[in-house]
Amino acid sequence: MTATGIGASVRRTEDHRFITGKGQYVDDINRPGQSYAVFVRSPHAHATLKKIDISAAEKAPGVLGIYTGDDLAADKVGGLICGWLIHSKDGSPMKAGAHPALAQGKVRYVGDHVAVVIAETLAEARDAAELVAVDYDVLAPCVDLAKAQANGQPQVHAEAPNNTVYAWHLGDKAAVDAAFAQAKHVTKIDLVNNRLIPNAMEPRAAIGEYDTGQGGFTLYTTSQNPHVARLVLSAFNGIAPENKLRVIAPDVGGGFGSKIFIYAEETVCIWAAKKVGRPVKWTADRTEAFLSDAHGRDHVTTAELAMDADGKILALRANTKANLGAYLSTFASSVPTYLYAPLLSGQYNIPAIYCEVDGVYTNTAPVDAYRGAGRPEATFVVERLVEVAARQLGTDPAEFRRKNFITSFPHETPVIMTYDTGDYDASMRKALEMADYANIGKRKAESAKQGKLRGVGFSAYIEACGIAPSKAVGSLGAGVGLWESAEVRVNPVGTVEVLTGSHSHGQGHETTFAQLVSHRLGIPIEQISIVHGDTDKVQMGMGTYGSRSGAVGMSAISKALDKVVAKATKVASRCMEVPETEVDFTDGVFSGRGTNKSMAFGEVALQAYVAHKFDSSEIEPGLKEGAFYDPKNFTFPSGVHIAEVEVDPETGVTRIDRWTAVDDFGILINPMIVEGQVHGGIAQGIGQAMLENAVYDANGQLLTASYMDYCMPRADDLPSFDVAMTTTACPSNPLGIKGCGEAGAIAAPAALINAITDAIGHENLAMPATPQTVWRAVQKAPSKMAAE
Amino acid sequence: MAKHHVSATVNGDAVEFLCESEQTLLDCLRDELDLTGAKEGCSSGDCGACSVMVDGRLVCSCLVLGVEASGKSIETIEGLSDGEKLHPLQQKFLEHAALQCGICTPGFLVASKALLEKHPNPTETEIRYWLAGNLCRCTGYDKIIRAVIDAAAEMRGA
Repeated sequence: MTATGIGASVRRTEDHRFITGKGQYVDDINRPGQSYAVFVRSPHAHATLKKIDISAAEKAPGVLGIYTGDDLAADKVGGLICGWLIHSKDGSPMKAGAHPALAQGKVRYVGDHVAVVIAETLAEARDAAELVAVDYDVLAPCVDLAKAQANGQPQVHAEAPNNTVYAWHLGDKAAVDAAFAQAKHVTKIDLVNNRLIPNAMEPRAAIGEYDTGQGGFTLYTTSQNPHVARLVLSAFNGIAPENKLRVIAPDVGGGFGSKIFIYAEETVCIWAAKKVGRPVKWTADRTEAFLSDAHGRDHVTTAELAMDADGKILALRANTKANLGAYLSTFASSVPTYLYAPLLSGQYNIPAIYCEVDGVYTNTAPVDAYRGAGRPEATFVVERLVEVAARQLGTDPAEFRRKNFITSFPHETPVIMTYDTGDYDASMRKALEMADYANIGKRKAESAKQGKLRGVGFSAYIEACGIAPSKAVGSLGAGVGLWESAEVRVNPVGTVEVLTGSHSHGQGHETTFAQLVSHRLGIPIEQISIVHGDTDKVQMGMGTYGSRSGAVGMSAISKALDKVVAKATKVASRCMEVPETEVDFTDGVFSGRGTNKSMAFGEVALQAYVAHKFDSSEIEPGLKEGAFYDPKNFTFPSGVHIAEVEVDPETGVTRIDRWTAVDDFGILINPMIVEGQVHGGIAQGIGQAMLENAVYDANGQLLTASYMDYCMPRADDLPSFDVAMTTTACPSNPLGIKGCGEAGAIAAPAALINAITDAIGHENLAMPATPQTVWRAVQKAPSKMAAE
Repeated sequence: MAKHHVSATVNGDAVEFLCESEQTLLDCLRDELDLTGAKEGCSSGDCGACSVMVDGRLVCSCLVLGVEASGKSIETIEGLSDGEKLHPLQQKFLEHAALQCGICTPGFLVASKALLEKHPNPTETEIRYWLAGNLCRCTGYDKIIRAVIDAAAEMRGA
């Protein structure tokens, strides 16, 4: 292998432009003649649109156009779609209301899009937007998830009676009921998985452009999956046929799921570019991002675990209400169903599982995938249940987990997953050692002497990544296939361009993908360029989310590289006059076995293009190969996180003393990058558990719509992380990769809440566990009550 | 209304630009001077993505008006390296992979430079508090802290 191959912590090649301020994000791009869009948004959570009067706004200086839902309808622009059809347990398809890009008839959440104003300058667009007079007939909103399905609640969409989009289930109810009937011990908990706002540091942005000469559209957009955006804008919104629609997602400043979706603003900007005959730029301000980016999580769950007399788990039962917001975002329906319930077996041998999920409309922003998407919610359920059960049984929580770990593979869970490989006990043992768990008693005693409460919490998570075999997800209701594409173009001088359908928005693909090529072709990383994020360059792709770009995207590159090497071997064989079967390719050199003949990869590339030394009726000139890779299974990253905290019972302030993470991501391409992904995930998980909370008031006003009200994790909130790996290679893809992007966010909340509840001796602790919440819980703890 | 004529020094070069009264320094850098390294993350001074130095003082350029830059010396991310030669902070951010999506990175580098100019030998806690004005959603800050500690050591040795 080369020094820049698989397994090397190569410095990120993309970083030079970022550290010198030369990144090119959408808002850094300005197009000639550009105009600016500002959206008029609903100030009400629920209202009938009686009249939109644009007459004064139209006369304002600089205004080029003002459009409403009626204009979109007149142009037959289709509504925003939800791409995953869920069926309720009675077999009926989910009940979804329409989702126009600009509201028609009604507005359904604060921030809903009423009109767009396009003007010469941003200031003029803002001023004119103030002059759009909207006459609302304000309706009572449905805001509280817990009550939304009750009779007599305001109805968000007429199509969904009792605001119920679906009443879905998974698993064997009868088997679970039978297991619970026999159980010697049952642990039951009520959990709220708090609502989060993704907050990629780059707000969403779009520039729509129409070329009258070519008759084609170009959209610059902050997307994790520009090809899916093109597909949807073309096939469903009807903007233009795909061959006349180019979507470019250049440098993108973080996504975390929130930039998967096809939103109203991007759709309107591209459509309006033709209407006004000018490029139309829109960049969200931060409050718009808070209001209208798809939110994450927001589950209310009751869960139970049944155990026998020996503490072996017999069954798990969960009932979840999932808030989907006011409209179904692009993948909203799949997150609390197929990305959630199939993970409820965790790392444990659980013979029977049954889960019911109601997807519920409320007058709040749409809720969709956010880092982990369903899997953090499942892990929180399983790992809180297991921790509480162990405490109730008086068993060490680590030992309770080890007793119930799955130990043989493949393992079929009762909730449709087949875990391919893993060694859960290896991660646990390593984590216990790194965290010095053996001495936790001493440290607790030391803290107690100082008047502090020390606690330790575990989270032994599993996730399903590398989404996913197309046929399998198709059978579950997905509207698309979830393969990935790659094209490897070898230039005549031996440099290589890789075109990938994956999209990097912080993950370091330009480095890791190049490492794979360097490894396989034996050429230095400097000779390799990774091209992504432009539908005119890359033919098709499914994009980046669900930790799929290593497992699926790189597997596609690997498959294309196989073809490149096979063809180059043929060319080398003719050039060296050695039979193909006797040509070896090692470290970038083709050689004839048992001869002294050899050719470097670059020489073979040149010969492939010169085409002087082979019969071109037998071998086509050139060296360029493409591949589509469809995964054979999900991948199953797993690991153990251990949080250790010290709580000050007088103030409720929790200090994270140490954080240990031992993860099994399969084969690592770049350990330094993987470590960074783990760190970032943990930070978001800690954010959920201790700091972040999206709060709507009873009128549906978002109270947390700025950084002064929504508490993001900052450098002084977080500890350093102690991160290590164990490795079982993934058997279902050629590179053995499982994926690492979401693990931290999946594992961390349960670990932290388990640690704080251990410290305070009270299990009922809501996220985020702010000092006030913790202090109140401390007052209710049995030890405190006994002392008083 | 007529635009304002502003003369200032940006990264050591004398510059002149015209701006509206309401344009922020960030708007002027990005839209009038094509210096897009500083980013708008919140427009309320809470995220630090727009960090620049004005006469040696670290500021959020989204909270400074363009006209206020008149006669001032502004330093931005674009002026951090010495031509091709990276600043030690940039070099250490590279070595530690202290960035992911990169959008907050210019702000962190400018803020870190301001810290090390004041406190060449900060503790980890001091670095964490100083950089608490800059939000990063990707890294969890750990590698940023390592990079700043490492750069500080190198700069003291240099």
